[in-house]
Amino acid sequence: MKISYFPGCTLKTMAKNFEDSAIASLSFLGIEMVELPRWNCCGTVYSLTSDDLIHQVAPIRNFIRVKEARDTRVVALCSMCYHTLKRANKLVKEDKEKLDKLNNLMYREDVKYNGEVEVLHLLEILKNEVGFNQVSKKVKMPLKGLKVAPYYGCLLLRPPEVGFDDPESPTILKDFLESVGAEAIDYPYETECCGSYNTVVNVNLVVERAYDILSFAISQKAEAIVLSCPLCGFNLDNRQKEIKEKFPDFKSVPVFYFTQLLALSLGLDEKVCRFELNFIDPRPLLKSKHLIGGV
Amino acid sequence: MEENKSVMKKEEKTQPQKAKMISLYIMGKKYEVPEGSTIMGALEYAGYQLKRGCGCREGFCGACATVYRTTDDYKIKTGLACQTVVVPNMYLAQIPFFPANKALYDLNELEPSISTFQEVYPETFRCVSCNTCTKACPQDLEVMDYIQALIRGDIAQAADLSFDCIMCGLCAARCPAEIVQYNVAVLARRLYGKYLSKKGEYLKSRLKEIKEHKYDKEIEEFMHMDRESIKKKYYARDIEKM
Repeated sequence: MKISYFPGCTLKTMAKNFEDSAIASLSFLGIEMVELPRWNCCGTVYSLTSDDLIHQVAPIRNFIRVKEARDTRVVALCSMCYHTLKRANKLVKEDKEKLDKLNNLMYREDVKYNGEVEVLHLLEILKNEVGFNQVSKKVKMPLKGLKVAPYYGCLLLRPPEVGFDDPESPTILKDFLESVGAEAIDYPYETECCGSYNTVVNVNLVVERAYDILSFAISQKAEAIVLSCPLCGFNLDNRQKEIKEKFPDFKSVPVFYFTQLLALSLGLDEKVCRFELNFIDPRPLLKSKHLIGGV
Repeated sequence: MEENKSVMKKEEKTQPQKAKMISLYIMGKKYEVPEGSTIMGALEYAGYQLKRGCGCREGFCGACATVYRTTDDYKIKTGLACQTVVVPNMYLAQIPFFPANKALYDLNELEPSISTFQEVYPETFRCVSCNTCTKACPQDLEVMDYIQALIRGDIAQAADLSFDCIMCGLCAARCPAEIVQYNVAVLARRLYGKYLSKKGEYLKSRLKEIKEHKYDKEIEEFMHMDRESIKKKYYARDIEKM
């Protein structure tokens, strides 16, 4: 099976470990993720201002690119891209006037968008099209004994009309973790906000939030965190440097993209996981669990 | 009859037909100019002397980028004044210079990475994908696509897509995000050329051969060759091996 794939800017820069591990894993599971030949930034943040149509041009233009690639579905990995694309799509599917205005703004495009495209997240593909049962069957190296705290953040789940799981008590990451043989840790902060873009202007706010989230997960015996958002990843992984400065007793914890754990469990070459790009090096933990060879 | 015809033909030859005149507006004032003129020709016919805002007059240098409007459309259109033919009732103006932001940098101190663009031209990342730049480009470049390529750190693609840019400035003049696309693209091409493009190893060996006087004799022969022989040699030459 082939599916059109929208990478987004961060997967091409900061989160290459997310992209490489995803493409390799999905290929192993029989799904070819075909990057759109032309695409632009998703728009980054969904604009909540109802008449601010210029900020809907970016996501909607990408749907024209999907149509040009003769597809009707597009899969995203980054939670932010998924959220922005899906929400903008919903907006124009429900508001013909706005859709007409946007098509009008993009008059140079040969193709008009009429709401034909469906936006999916990779976790949905794994759950509904591959099936976690099938993932389980393909696992060559179950991540036995690895205790992982799922972290959903906001954008996969909220608002409920664009989320793909229960916004208050989601299970998709837990189900995923169990399918690859890891142990999912239950803790109350899995749907808390990481502080998002406050990381640019108010580092302290993010540090405090990330500290709360991570230290609660650790207190529940989590040895690692798993997530699907490069921004959450930055706040929970890279900001551990600042967390340690503010809370010296904080013990660092590795943060994975779910596709890195998927690739590892499928027995793929460790190189596709690109663990060297994770801020907190997860390799000592994986080595201690005999999940990878010598470091 | 026969005689008359030949007389008429003769007259046509000796007295060139007078060009049909059309009227248009230069900075709001009405002028009559010959049909078929370029915008630049029309301005000069009307008596304007162009010292800035004109250059090669062949569509290559990008100095004469301009904006105009035709009466059938609300849109501001863009083009090169030396290449765009006038139509009746057109509104014209000539832009002498774009005071666009141009960063100063030392290429030797820069890395070919996205962080360079974040530091040197941070406004690049304000792009909202409106495509106004692409619409404005007289070279028909995919301007928005090369800005988007840079936003995801793909310097090679940006260099490739912007290769035919003539630096006219119209993209920057129209951009609602206030990006100076053409100067950003120059940085992309410089970084690509210096750090990313494949280096021809043959250059080193060729330079060595030149220093060792390997081609002195051949050059001497060329100096005394006739035009035809030089032409022959030129068309039979070795093209750079990759």
